[in-house]
Amino acid sequence: MSSENPKISIRNLTKSFGGNDVLRRVDLDVEKGKSLVVIGGSGTGKSVLVKSVLGLIKPDGGEIVVDGRNIARNTAGDKKFMARQSGMLFQGAALFDSLKVWENIAFRLLHADGKSRAAAREKALDCLAQVGLAAEVGDLAPSELSGGMQKRVGLARAIAADPEILFFDEPTTGLDPIMADVINNLIVERVKALGATAISITHDMASARKIADEIAMLYQGKIIWRGAPDEIENSGNPMVEQFVHGRADGPIKMQLRRRA
Amino acid sequence: MNVFAATGRMTLDAVAEIGRLSAFGVRGGLSSFTGRFYWKAFWSALARIGFTSLPVVGLTAIFTGGALALNIYEGSLLPNTESFLPQILGVSIVRELGPVLAALMVAGRCSSAMAAEIGTMRVTEQIDAMSTLSVDPFKYLVAPRILATTIALPFLVLIADIIGVYGGYLVSVYALKFSAPIYVQNLIDFLSMDDVTSGLIKAAVFGFLISVMGCYYGYTSRGGAGGVGNATRTAVVAAAVAVLSANYFLTSLFVDF
Repeated sequence: MSSENPKISIRNLTKSFGGNDVLRRVDLDVEKGKSLVVIGGSGTGKSVLVKSVLGLIKPDGGEIVVDGRNIARNTAGDKKFMARQSGMLFQGAALFDSLKVWENIAFRLLHADGKSRAAAREKALDCLAQVGLAAEVGDLAPSELSGGMQKRVGLARAIAADPEILFFDEPTTGLDPIMADVINNLIVERVKALGATAISITHDMASARKIADEIAMLYQGKIIWRGAPDEIENSGNPMVEQFVHGRADGPIKMQLRRRA
Repeated sequence: MNVFAATGRMTLDAVAEIGRLSAFGVRGGLSSFTGRFYWKAFWSALARIGFTSLPVVGLTAIFTGGALALNIYEGSLLPNTESFLPQILGVSIVRELGPVLAALMVAGRCSSAMAAEIGTMRVTEQIDAMSTLSVDPFKYLVAPRILATTIALPFLVLIADIIGVYGGYLVSVYALKFSAPIYVQNLIDFLSMDDVTSGLIKAAVFGFLISVMGCYYGYTSRGGAGGVGNATRTAVVAAAVAVLSANYFLTSLFVDF
């Protein structure tokens, strides 16, 4: 699980919420310029893992080393350090509904970087074009957009400041298969174009195969398998097999409670 | 369950909540004065909280002033009601009713709106998104609202004072057939500047409390529509209780002078 030149290196990461251990000593490296996809069922701690790396959640223990800096203590400086070089596409796109689409995309440029409105708008429209949306969309409100368009605007917002690290939280959830593939293609294309390091979380195997250089599976707060997308069919790990083929029966037991 | 344990836990929870609220209020209050300040967010909050609250505050004040005049007249057994009615009415409005009623109306309108808006942003991950875009949500969402409400409320109360006293005037002159010059003369002679300023100081404190409640419960809301609903309700109740209890302590402080 170690590599030559990790951009992000996670060691022994632990986090629990009210006695529920969500992350139990996670070890994970992501090489610079590579795209890692973390798969796993609902409630296995994928979101907590990504939000810890982003600095949105303070982990209980362990290290998260990014470019040689340990950000696991989650100080104000750590959070700034991560925010400055990251972009994130949220599961529900998380667009600011009181702002127009272009103001969403240009939010960082306008409110953190102090760019002029004209320059920020130009950059926003440029990003819109990069995700395949017309400039007219920029003047709409987020609520006027379809789910797929919202995801694309979210992607445009995430890449607007040319981040070095991109995070994708369930990028294809709730989209039809065609739009999901459009989003997958855009993700691959934009990550390549930026030369960014990417961490995605998903339970959509088609999406994982498409956008991953490497796939890691998180189960019960631990990384139980890691490998290339073409190895996942023959992982030799029964839990990975069960997940990849979507079987209800297998070593992973869903916590179903039936009435007696 | 053990009654003592339950009581103890409730007490501890309450104390912890008050501690978190205080820390939030201090941070929110100070955020306006350190680092970046978002003027546009401030002006739009000021317009929303101050300007659009005018009609409802005005209506509250004019009817309260009118009702107060009727009550004073009805309850008075003395022959010189005409001269002391404006005195009692003026002091009541300017020191107590103006600030408290305006604050309660603003609490109903604005702390609920803040809790709902910020709460929705929290549960739809918009606040997290803001952090990832290098913008401190505290500075962009919380600080401008707290500063705007703290500044807007004294102005609203000043207007409520004037309209409330005018409501009393309308009832006195047109319903009770009292003399208009006597009403105005008695009001001016009796009301002191201290009465007005004490009311305005109260208003600023109330404005701070209302906005801290609205922002805090929104900012800490959890779990979807139900969570936002809870946050909104708790914010309005907490703001109203904070206003009324702070009013007592501020009054006792001013009366000591």
